[in-house]
Amino acid sequence: MKDMHAISLKVNGREHELVVEARRTLADMLRHDLGYTGTHLGCEHGICGACTVVLDGAPVRACLVFGVQADGAEVRTVEGLADGEQLSDLQQAFSDHHALQCGFCTPGFLMLAEAYLAEDATQLTEARARELVAANLCRCTGYQGIIEAVLATARARHPGRKPADEP
Amino acid sequence: MTVIGTRLPRQEDPRLLRGRGRFGDDFSAPGQLWARIVRSPSAHGLLRELDVTEAVKTAGITTVVTARDLPGKLVIPVRLAIAGTDLSRFLQPVLAADTVRYVGEPLAVVVGDDPYACEDAAELVGIDITDQPPVLDASNDKDHTAAELTRGYGDTAAAFAAAAHVVAIELAIGRHSGVPLEPRCLLAVPDPDRGTLDIFGMTKVPVWNRDLLADMLGIDETLIRVHAIDAGGGFGVRGEFYPEDFLIPWLAAKTGRPVKWAEDRAEHLIAVNHSRQQYHRVAAAFAADGRITALRDDIIQDNGAYCRTHGVAVPELTAAMLPGPYRVPAYRGRVRVVLTNKTPCGTYRAPGRFEGTAAREHLLDVAATRLGIDPIELRRRNLLTPREMPHERPISTLGTDLILDTGDYPALLAAAVKEADRLGYRAQARATTGTSTGARLRGFGLAMFVEKSGLGPQETADVTVSRSGAVHVHSGGTSLGQGIETVLAQITADALGVDPRTVRVTAGDTAAQPFGAGSWASRSTVVGGSAVHQAALAVRERALQLAARVLEAAEQDLDLADGSVSVRGDPDAKTARLSLADIAKAAAPASRYLEKGEPAGLSARRRFEVSHMTYPYGVHAAVVEVDAGTGQVRVLRYLVAYEVGRAINPMLVEGQLRGGVAQGIGGALFEEFGYDEAGQPQAITFIEYRLPTAAEIPPVDVLLSQDAPSPGNPLGVMGAGEGGINAVGATVANAVRDALGLAGGVGQLPLTPARVCTLAALAQPTGGPVTGGRA
Repeated sequence: MKDMHAISLKVNGREHELVVEARRTLADMLRHDLGYTGTHLGCEHGICGACTVVLDGAPVRACLVFGVQADGAEVRTVEGLADGEQLSDLQQAFSDHHALQCGFCTPGFLMLAEAYLAEDATQLTEARARELVAANLCRCTGYQGIIEAVLATARARHPGRKPADEP
Repeated sequence: MTVIGTRLPRQEDPRLLRGRGRFGDDFSAPGQLWARIVRSPSAHGLLRELDVTEAVKTAGITTVVTARDLPGKLVIPVRLAIAGTDLSRFLQPVLAADTVRYVGEPLAVVVGDDPYACEDAAELVGIDITDQPPVLDASNDKDHTAAELTRGYGDTAAAFAAAAHVVAIELAIGRHSGVPLEPRCLLAVPDPDRGTLDIFGMTKVPVWNRDLLADMLGIDETLIRVHAIDAGGGFGVRGEFYPEDFLIPWLAAKTGRPVKWAEDRAEHLIAVNHSRQQYHRVAAAFAADGRITALRDDIIQDNGAYCRTHGVAVPELTAAMLPGPYRVPAYRGRVRVVLTNKTPCGTYRAPGRFEGTAAREHLLDVAATRLGIDPIELRRRNLLTPREMPHERPISTLGTDLILDTGDYPALLAAAVKEADRLGYRAQARATTGTSTGARLRGFGLAMFVEKSGLGPQETADVTVSRSGAVHVHSGGTSLGQGIETVLAQITADALGVDPRTVRVTAGDTAAQPFGAGSWASRSTVVGGSAVHQAALAVRERALQLAARVLEAAEQDLDLADGSVSVRGDPDAKTARLSLADIAKAAAPASRYLEKGEPAGLSARRRFEVSHMTYPYGVHAAVVEVDAGTGQVRVLRYLVAYEVGRAINPMLVEGQLRGGVAQGIGGALFEEFGYDEAGQPQAITFIEYRLPTAAEIPPVDVLLSQDAPSPGNPLGVMGAGEGGINAVGATVANAVRDALGLAGGVGQLPLTPARVCTLAALAQPTGGPVTGGRA
């Protein structure tokens, strides 16, 4: 007997109701039950961060969260970043700074950075951006472009506010 | 105005940034089944029994297959055969039948409605294996040789006997691999009525894989269509033909239903090609003035349990490329390929060269100490000069003659040293910092290398203008994250005279391009790009011919730019302007502008053939900091100077180089597939297999040189995929050696903290800071 649960959640502002098995991960639920395939699975044990989504405002590894835990929650995925055909400032910065190659890890980095920038982007230094980006794995870029894109977005969102460690 | 050489934003980016990329696991088909592979838990043993009774009875399970269910004794053949080697006894079976040879070897496949249920059922398969002792140390093994190869020329024995100095080192290169972020995935969709199979998830060499699959299934190859997909990194390992590449399509054909398989990370780390593990005993003979008179290397390659699709191409490349950019009058490289009870090996970005460059360049630094010559000066004295180009070595590799085609090696070395000094590398390396817990020692390391790129023999491209004026490119290359769609769009736009945004590239769809040779060996821009260039030029020529008929003008009076044809010098440019869309319509069937017997359509197919590779080259330099107390190595600065002939898109070339450096630092310091004494793999998660994060990778300085256009292709390009990783092992080893002030070499990569502590203890105290310490 499968242990099934009826849950409801909001993904990128849209309501979903579904019945999921207790052991089904949030990542599998988003991808295979709800069709949000932009959330990627790179390791399924919480290290690579490719599956990072924003759950009630906080970045989480969707492979380490069960779908049922998202009952009643608001989830943001990479599909919710752009405004129609218009890329978000962060997405555009990723393209401008060549912060992606194969693009598999990219949704995870975008959601990680989005959650951080929404919380506090005013004090983002190069060192803190590097520390943030070190939370996830990328195998293509060497990270430089990702760090630059996150920094550029933070600066553009808070013009004139320079972090303490910069002249 | 040409778009070649511009930093055009990537065409791939918008879909990938929106989460609309189409990776393997993003494809599904109605009614699909899922597959789970049952793998050997034993490194070596006799397979007595596979009991599938319980697994088959599990709810939701459709079938469980073992070797007995397969249509015959199937093995995966070699794709890159090297003349003179017979590997037929060492090929991997699709499913093990009587002997298992590594942990992770496929034994059975469970097929069912749901991946979770399949995983449950897979654990119910009873596996009875009588263990046998595993072979795990190739360096001390004499009995499991799969092949021996020698590459070389000249009388090395005489040169070594007559040498003023002989310097020798041993260097072991650790077992690591590409480890792309996306695990493998396959979906095979059968149409039982038409007998067709649509495949999603194959890449790299889709046409070769299609043909092999057709042969193994005994069907016509045109019944199989491999679709173009996004791939989450390739690096050599993804897209080779593995057992699963037969099993999943075969199960789809057998069940008449779509079958999908998505590998998990633990599987990936034991199933996908490992690479790199070699033991080098390398020596050079020098004249009194430091000139190399001979070079020799005895290499053992730990190839794992089988010879897979690459055969012995990796060790062959090591032996063939070992002399690098230097004048080496006599050379002999000998490789013994040993089979062990580990995951089989294949190529990983700069295959054979990461290893060989490390051995040669580390030897040169040790030799510089012995000979009392600055390591950069020692290299400078031995580099081939432009006057010696092209330089033919009597060596063959991958079936081609090794002819270093062009370049000014001393100039690039000088430019790299100047750039490193401008950026303060050597000054920073001399500034040692002390802490209460022990000295932090800094070191500078440099290495030089020759890469290879643009392997033929051919690539085919189709360029077609549709009625809307859109330009469609069907290339045999595949999209692996390298930006091939953007690069081919730029090449097309330049040759045809259109905006690159009107160019749509399809890369790696076997129905769209049935003659493609794939994306590997840094060949796509060189060989694939040249084919696209030629096809686009042919379309341009045809467009002008048709436009001349429409405009009733002479072809030589016409210009094609910005997607339209105009009559040169015509004051009324508006009336005499014809768009490519108009010309495509003029080329439509039944158009009055077509002459009798002329084929319709504004389209061309061209094949670019090339019999020799082109050889880019580069210099790497680094500053490292070694904590002698903890053994931790931090790479503080990293520079890549690279000759690329001509950069179609410098942003993408720099991206390739930077990404390569990051992977190289992984292999030099962190990544290693270890095994315990029973042959159990010790790196089966990202906790043990340590991919570098942003905390370990410094910003990478790039000096991109376009001074030596390749004479072997119309674009003058050289490959860029592997120049970032080639010399990282060498450079980091040299910098750590410099930091520790070692008299000899570091002995082994990766330089994990434990190994660095051992080396630090061996280092002779020189009284005071040992930075740059050459006693």
